This record gives sequence, structure tokens and C-alpha cells, in this order.
Amino acid sequence: MASRSTIKIRSKRFPEHTLVRTLIAHSMETGKRKDKDSGELIPAHFIQTLSFKHNDKLLSECHMGFGISKNPFFSFKIKQANVGDKVTISWKDNLGFSDSKDHIIQ
Amino acid sequence: MQIRRRQFIKNLVTASVSIALFTFSKISFGKWLLADFKHRSIEKTLQELFPDKVIKKSRKIKLKLPKTAENGNVVPITITSTIDNIESVYILSEKNPVPLVAKFTLDHSLEPYIGARFKMQETCDVIVIVKAGEEYFQARQKVKVTIGGCGG
Repeated sequence: MASRSTIKIRSKRFPEHTLVRTLIAHSMETGKRKDKDSGELIPAHFIQTLSFKHNDKLLSECHMGFGISKNPFFSFKIKQANVGDKVTISWKDNLGFSDSKDHIIQ
Repeated sequence: MQIRRRQFIKNLVTASVSIALFTFSKISFGKWLLADFKHRSIEKTLQELFPDKVIKKSRKIKLKLPKTAENGNVVPITITSTIDNIESVYILSEKNPVPLVAKFTLDHSLEPYIGARFKMQETCDVIVIVKAGEEYFQARQKVKVTIGGCGG
């Protein structure tokens, strides 16, 4: 993976909850799409697991297939979060690549 | 003698593989399972994911889905619910080659809310199943797909 992170995280605090949104740069290939030039099948390459942590506590774990869109987007709402809290998103795909990113709630 | 030895080795291999599979499947609880994301029909998927479970229809699950998805590659979904003690949420698309799109576990310090984007092959029902304690609830909604988003 490139040195730039594949994960973008945004958070917004509301009186009742904190909304965390994440966008991951990933091709999510199904393995059925054909290359336009060569006509060959592009091998399946998709995220399998994604974990969402708040101050190192696992809040959600998501298992997915290639039914999730290219450049996956997810959003969660934490009931109670304070300024300075850390949220971590990490993913792992079927070819063994992975990435993780921390975000501090403002 | 030759055949006997061969048979013995065969048995040995089968036995060790099954033991390995058994222990592996026990350890890998919580790991991504290929068996959950197999190509099969929606009926089989539901049967294998929720064997002998009664999945009640519930109005306490609210789905925000477009009525028509012009591009099946990106269908936004927002799930909210007023059911207590939700443990996990499953998103299924009835006519996708792999009907199970994703499953989430939810901690109680999260609001019962999930937003995501997924692919749909063709016009069909989107089913969301929620597990709360030992009970299962479902909600479904039809989405019309103009251009399919799986393969092609």
C-alpha cells in the first residue's frame, strides 16, 4: 500500500451522540469484472473485515463480501464520546493487505 | 502390504485434516468465514446463517434506502432501530450472487445505527436482519435497480 493512508475519518459531535464516518480507498473487485483492454478477468480483491474502536475498545466488527461498494463508506454513532477521544478504523482484505488509522474527536 | 500402507496414510491424512479443520473453525470464531459469503440462493443463505431460527418481521427496524437506484454499484443504506440489546446486524440483497453483503457486530455503547454503501445486481428486496439476545428480527424493502452493479 502507498504511504498515504487509505482511510479517511470524519467525526461530528451532537448533543445525543457522536457521528463517525469513514471512507476507505479500495477497489473492492468482485472477480467477475473484465479488463477493458486485455479482456481478462480482474481477480477478486476486497476487504473482508473492518474494525471500529473507540479508545481501544472494540465497538463494531464488520465482515463483508464483495457486495460492498468500491471505496467503502461506513458510518456509526457513538452514544458517549468526549473531545480528545480516539477512534480507530482498521481493515484487512483477502490478499492480506491491511491499514489502520486513528482519529481524534474534536 | 502396499495397498494397506496407502490406505493407512490416506486415513491418517483425512483424520488430521478433519482435526485441523475442527480446531481451526473453533479458534477462528469471529474471523472472516468463507462459508458465510458463498455463491448461493437467498433461501440457502438464510437457512445456513440462521438454522431453525424464527425471524420475526419488525417495524422497529427503519431502513433508509432509495426507491430506485440508478447505479447498482453504489446503493446507500442507513439502518436505525429501537430494538434493545442489538448484538449484530446483517445486510442481505436477495438476488446478489452472494446474498450476504455484510454483517456487523454492535457494542451497546453504539447507537443502533449503521450507514453503508453496497452493490446490487438487480431489482429485488434488501433484507436487514437484527439479532438481539436470542431473538431475530427482519425488515425488507424493495429497491429498483436501473444498472446492475455486480460484475459486467
